[in-house]
Amino acid sequence: MRSIQEIVARRRRQDRWFAVLGVFCTSIGIITLIALLANLLIDGLGHLDWQFLTSFASRRASSAGVLAAVVGSLLVMLVTACVAAPLGIAAGVWLEEYAPKNRVATILEVNIANLAGVPSVIYGLMALSVFVYAFGFGHSILTAALTLAVLILPIVIVATREALRTIPRTIREASYALGATKWETVWHHLLPYSLGGIATGVIIGLSRAIGETAPLVTIGALAFIAFLPDPPVTGEFPFVSFSWLGSDFTVLPIQMFNWVSRPDPAFHHNAAATGVLLIAITLGMNAIAIFVRYRMRKAIQW
Amino acid sequence: MNLQTIRELPLSMLALASGLAGTALAQAPTVRIDGSSTVFPVAEAVAEEFQKATKGAVKVTVGIAGTGGGFKKFARGETDISNASRPILAAEMKACKEAGVEYIELPICFDALTVAVNPKNDWVSSITIDELKKIWEPAAQGKVTHWNQVRPEWPNEKIVLFGAGADSGTFDYFTEAVCGKAKASRGDFTASEDDNVLVQGIEGNKHALGYIPFAYYEPHKDRMKALAIEWNKNSVKTPVLPSMEAVQKGTYNPLARPLFMYVSKKAASKPEVKQYVEFFLKEGAALAQEVKYLPLPAPAYVAAGKRFAELQVGTAFGGVPEVGVSIEELMRRTPVTEAKAETPPAAPKK
Repeated sequence: MRSIQEIVARRRRQDRWFAVLGVFCTSIGIITLIALLANLLIDGLGHLDWQFLTSFASRRASSAGVLAAVVGSLLVMLVTACVAAPLGIAAGVWLEEYAPKNRVATILEVNIANLAGVPSVIYGLMALSVFVYAFGFGHSILTAALTLAVLILPIVIVATREALRTIPRTIREASYALGATKWETVWHHLLPYSLGGIATGVIIGLSRAIGETAPLVTIGALAFIAFLPDPPVTGEFPFVSFSWLGSDFTVLPIQMFNWVSRPDPAFHHNAAATGVLLIAITLGMNAIAIFVRYRMRKAIQW
Repeated sequence: MNLQTIRELPLSMLALASGLAGTALAQAPTVRIDGSSTVFPVAEAVAEEFQKATKGAVKVTVGIAGTGGGFKKFARGETDISNASRPILAAEMKACKEAGVEYIELPICFDALTVAVNPKNDWVSSITIDELKKIWEPAAQGKVTHWNQVRPEWPNEKIVLFGAGADSGTFDYFTEAVCGKAKASRGDFTASEDDNVLVQGIEGNKHALGYIPFAYYEPHKDRMKALAIEWNKNSVKTPVLPSMEAVQKGTYNPLARPLFMYVSKKAASKPEVKQYVEFFLKEGAALAQEVKYLPLPAPAYVAAGKRFAELQVGTAFGGVPEVGVSIEELMRRTPVTEAKAETPPAAPKK
């Protein structure tokens, strides 16, 4: 007959083995990531200097830079955020707070979940026929931003709904008890309390959008462009110009893709440097997301 | 009610945005170029120098939509110039005609393919197009697997094949030149759109054989061995190694081809486009060489300049791709705007 101790010892052993297996599996992912990052850093860091950041693309790898791509990426992200955030938050609020629990709402919900899984190139094809041709926006920053906004909309909607769900029921009931309407409750209580989670969702969506290549190639992003969009501020009245929205553009991942496929190995170092820059921007955006969430959580007092 | 407001929100935003986009039309003169990614490095080099030469007064944009994608945009009138790694096809001619887009066909430089093996390979230094066809044709799939099946004196070793991915112009061109039909190829080989992967593959296996663009072979010369090509329809009856002289003389057939740009006739009347094309024909040779492409012989640029100055629209091919046409012959022909009747392409061997 086996003693209790034996059984316990055996289970402890199994437990330890499982822990080892878990660490092993985790480390595969982490080591791959570290290897990738190290590889990129070794290849690219040496090329990442001021000249690289402030020069346009060139046939000479040594004098080529990413200025047009950086400006393009930042402008596209700005417009994407301005479009995706209000639409996504509004949709999330409606689905969570207003939508009746009927079949239409269920169908909408399932579709939004499905949208998140659609390959991004499909969004590019949709954008080509809708934004580029039907609306006549052309191959512009505006088209790119609208495409990416639609692409990250599901992420923003889901994040908004998750954030709203974490607010206790009692808050809503307290607000209604004081005579507030649904809209007042949303505007004065729910949105402010969930803003941290929503902002996180928007930023995570944007850090996905900034790495997208396929939909932008489909809508006709350029590979060589050696000028910047028109400045948003002009000397004449009304001092603000939106003509940059219609400008041609390129973005960081496209510039990187283009350099990777060049025969001259010197361009591959440029591509690696672009990769480092792209990862730095993505990590920076995620860091902001974490910081914002932390600050907003702390600021809420129920 | 709420549903209504939310539904209208995107529409009103789009209306606002389209208004904004409309204001963006007044811009500096821009030369819009799109098309083949094979031609891109040359187009980029010329665009860069041209912008420098005009001190930024004229803007140039170059895209990489691919030859076919480029022609689609060209027929819509979205671009002034379309880069192409093959002559315009009958269907594309038709699309242009229907849209009222006339074009001037200008050869700009050469692209050549290199058939390469591992440097340790000591049994082969030249290969015929027939042998290449035996290896690469669709019927060879799973059957032709050893070197001695191609030529009996070669070793009884497994042949390891590397080639371009099905989306690349290189693949289209090689299959067209070797198997007689674009995209007709066996499927059991290592395919990559990234030519560097092919270089590494050929370098790493003693029994490898692969084809890559000449531009990729040049910088990796010491890591691979290029094969001389023998073709029974060639003017030269001995095997020809890939080199700039052979390509320019038109003897490296059928694995060398001219690359083209198609200039819209309407756009050619714009001073900035005219200036750009003239700049290209003047400086293109040196710049092509700098980015490891093979320039045309000098008289061809003169002939192209004449064709552009006289605005001779149409194509010298009549919508049917042809292999192994010398550049002199090409410039002698009178361009046509009607596609030829369904004649089979001049395949190297039937």
